[in-house]
Amino acid sequence: MMQRNVQTRPKARPRASLWAATAALAAGVIAADAAEAQSVLRVVPHADLRNIDPIWTTAYITRNHGYLVFDTLFALDENLEVQPQMAEGYEVSDDGLEYTFTLREGLTFHDGEPVTAEDAVASLERWAARDGMGQKLMSVAEGFEVVDERTFTLTLTEPYGLVLESLGKISSNVPFIMPARLAETSPSEQISEVIGSGPFRFIEEEWQPGNLVVYERFEDYVPREEPASYAAGGKVANVDRVEWRYIPDPATATQALLAGEVDLYEQPAVDLIPMIEADPSIILETVDPLGTQGVIRFNFLHPPFDNKYARQAAMWAVSQQDYMFAILGNPEYFEEFCGAYFMCGGPFETDVGSEPLREQNLDRARELLEQAGYDGEEVVILDPTDVPVAHGQALVTAQALREIGMNVRVAAMDWATMTSRRAVRDAPADGGWNIFPTWWLAVDQLNPISNISVAASGDTAWFGWPENERIEELRDQFARETDQEAQRAIVEELQEELFDFVPYIPTGQYYQPTAYRENVSGVMEAPVPFFWNIEVQ
Amino acid sequence: MLAYVIRRLIATIPIMALVAIFVFLLLHLSPGDPAVIIAGDFATEAQIQEIRQQLGLNDPLHVQFWNWLMNLFRGDLGTSIYSGLPVSRLILQRVEPTLMLTLCTMVIAVTIAIPLGVVAAWKVGTWVDRVVMTVAVLGFSLPVFVLGYALILGGSVWLGWFPVQGYTSIFTSFTGFLAHITLPALTLGLVYMALIARMTRATMLEVMNEDYVRTAYAKGLSTRTVLVKHALKNAMVPISTTIGLGLALLIGGVVVTESVFAIPGLGRLTVDAVLRTDYPVIQGVILVFSLTYVMLNLLIDLSYVLFDPRIRY
Repeated sequence: MMQRNVQTRPKARPRASLWAATAALAAGVIAADAAEAQSVLRVVPHADLRNIDPIWTTAYITRNHGYLVFDTLFALDENLEVQPQMAEGYEVSDDGLEYTFTLREGLTFHDGEPVTAEDAVASLERWAARDGMGQKLMSVAEGFEVVDERTFTLTLTEPYGLVLESLGKISSNVPFIMPARLAETSPSEQISEVIGSGPFRFIEEEWQPGNLVVYERFEDYVPREEPASYAAGGKVANVDRVEWRYIPDPATATQALLAGEVDLYEQPAVDLIPMIEADPSIILETVDPLGTQGVIRFNFLHPPFDNKYARQAAMWAVSQQDYMFAILGNPEYFEEFCGAYFMCGGPFETDVGSEPLREQNLDRARELLEQAGYDGEEVVILDPTDVPVAHGQALVTAQALREIGMNVRVAAMDWATMTSRRAVRDAPADGGWNIFPTWWLAVDQLNPISNISVAASGDTAWFGWPENERIEELRDQFARETDQEAQRAIVEELQEELFDFVPYIPTGQYYQPTAYRENVSGVMEAPVPFFWNIEVQ
Repeated sequence: MLAYVIRRLIATIPIMALVAIFVFLLLHLSPGDPAVIIAGDFATEAQIQEIRQQLGLNDPLHVQFWNWLMNLFRGDLGTSIYSGLPVSRLILQRVEPTLMLTLCTMVIAVTIAIPLGVVAAWKVGTWVDRVVMTVAVLGFSLPVFVLGYALILGGSVWLGWFPVQGYTSIFTSFTGFLAHITLPALTLGLVYMALIARMTRATMLEVMNEDYVRTAYAKGLSTRTVLVKHALKNAMVPISTTIGLGLALLIGGVVVTESVFAIPGLGRLTVDAVLRTDYPVIQGVILVFSLTYVMLNLLIDLSYVLFDPRIRY
């Protein structure tokens, strides 16, 4: 069934609901006679599955693979609320310092072993060593402890508002549960085999990196009874086999979809969408209702952007529309304007303080630049030309900064080189940088803790290394606050500070459509592509 | 001849050693740090260092090279630092599509190009010659990906005769194999065809001015016999050199063709590995390509004996 979400804004999917209703009827009829034939869902994923360990890497493709194979203790539903998934339930002590979790009965790993509290504890410990939100949680925790086969506890040293939000984290790194023998692997080393307790099994023998990944339905999986909703609810595997066929060339992938050689194309290139729209047998919809945020990141270690007036000048100089037209072209797929650091459509949406981004004003920008004492030093913008979303942002930024009189050098490179270069702290002239472009999925940006690009802890902050005590105080207050209204008030204050401090420029919010053939039904609306609930005729 | 073959085989050892050193240095001195890519956006400096340590990237370069070389002697090409799979398994998975694509391309190109070249030489200066040479120039100049997309549009989208992408093993289904390999082989074949046709024409023109060709005509032999038995056979030494050396060109073309047609071959394995600086995979693939190339050269040299009995090794 299609999932609808009241909090989010649907885009480009008016055809889908009508279609889904018809398909659901048809599915019932056809499913009855086609019981014997093996059903296969052939997917063109957005990237090649390079690593199999979703704790070892944060890559979105490995996270998606993780959701097929592993299960989670808690999970986020479409109302952005955390629901028990493998957990049957949990209890919190009156002082809020001890959480007791109980696992559902009958959970089994793909190797036939039962899932125990020991497995859960080992998995959560490995995840917490690696993940930012996990590390934050453990900084206020004494630790996990196994009580019996199905029960374990988490003891905190002080009350913490994001315990369930951390354990039910929907995006990388997701706290997936794996057998203790695998979870004992060092977090900096990959697990040696993929054994989970999720709805699909990973078929290692058929894995061809760069080409094919195969999953088969896990017959012993016991789904929850609630309907599927984002990562929560019943994960019912309706197909026998899911095949990820990686096709690197977007034009070829589009033709393969049109010719019926694949069923679902996760992220078709926006400039090829008219071809897909012209074919009535293909459904095009935005399955991620939250979208993606473009990001222009500054380096706080070197002039001119070590000065906040220079960063403010850059923000007055750019316009979100310019960015969105450059990287997408079609206004159907982006917001006209989004002045929220924590995403429009999210629980902490606010436009407090966003004038500098809303009103492009070059004169104001030039004034601020003068105030910053800019004297023509070269600004190095890293430009990963092989990633269109990043490349477009780099060029638009360069043009805007040149218009306000900055001396800009665009350093062209590939994405892999950029990921190394942005970690360099040296001066831009010695192989460092001033600005790099990137993007984050909205689910990663929804609150001040998961949005790591607002962290301003200096040396330990994300690339760019901003330092701002007030921001860190507000983030800490947010994490400790357990009441959502109070959290909202903190976010408003924080956002005002962010627009003044400018840790990065949010260059717009956009939506990536997914395309699938009409023989596919039950594609869920969610920020992560899930493969349960889907049927193929 | 046996002594010659053995001498040549021994000579490949220093060549391969040079290739190995060159590839290793080139990769390790170029920018891009796999540990940073693996660690991802959230990683701290300490985590990146830990991964570098795990992968052995913190060892001095000569130690890393020595370890790699020692493993190589044991027949172990190492494991991909991303997937954790042995490089030999990754290469073996990919050999069949690339080998078949190359073979089919060669067969198509040679069977079409040599007759075209011969005809062009025979009808030199006429419209036939001009048409053949125009097609050859076009074929050589047209980028492989443009031709690939054009063939997909015509053969798959408009006519619906061939699948758009992918590969079916010849051992799974022969018809499936033919359907999948035709367009990519044609795409790649055109460049190769152009090269061979031009070389055939040029060499034939030279040979046809020789005295023995005039003598053959004087004996009253048919044009066909003169062209094929006398002229072509003598022209084959330079032509076979072109065919062999053209294979190097094919290796470059294979990378593009495999990407356009989504064929899981060695070309795509190379590109994917380069883009993510997967050192062991790149090193393994380049070694395999280099070894193939050295062996091909040996085969070409040996094939001269077939065409020209004066050649002795």
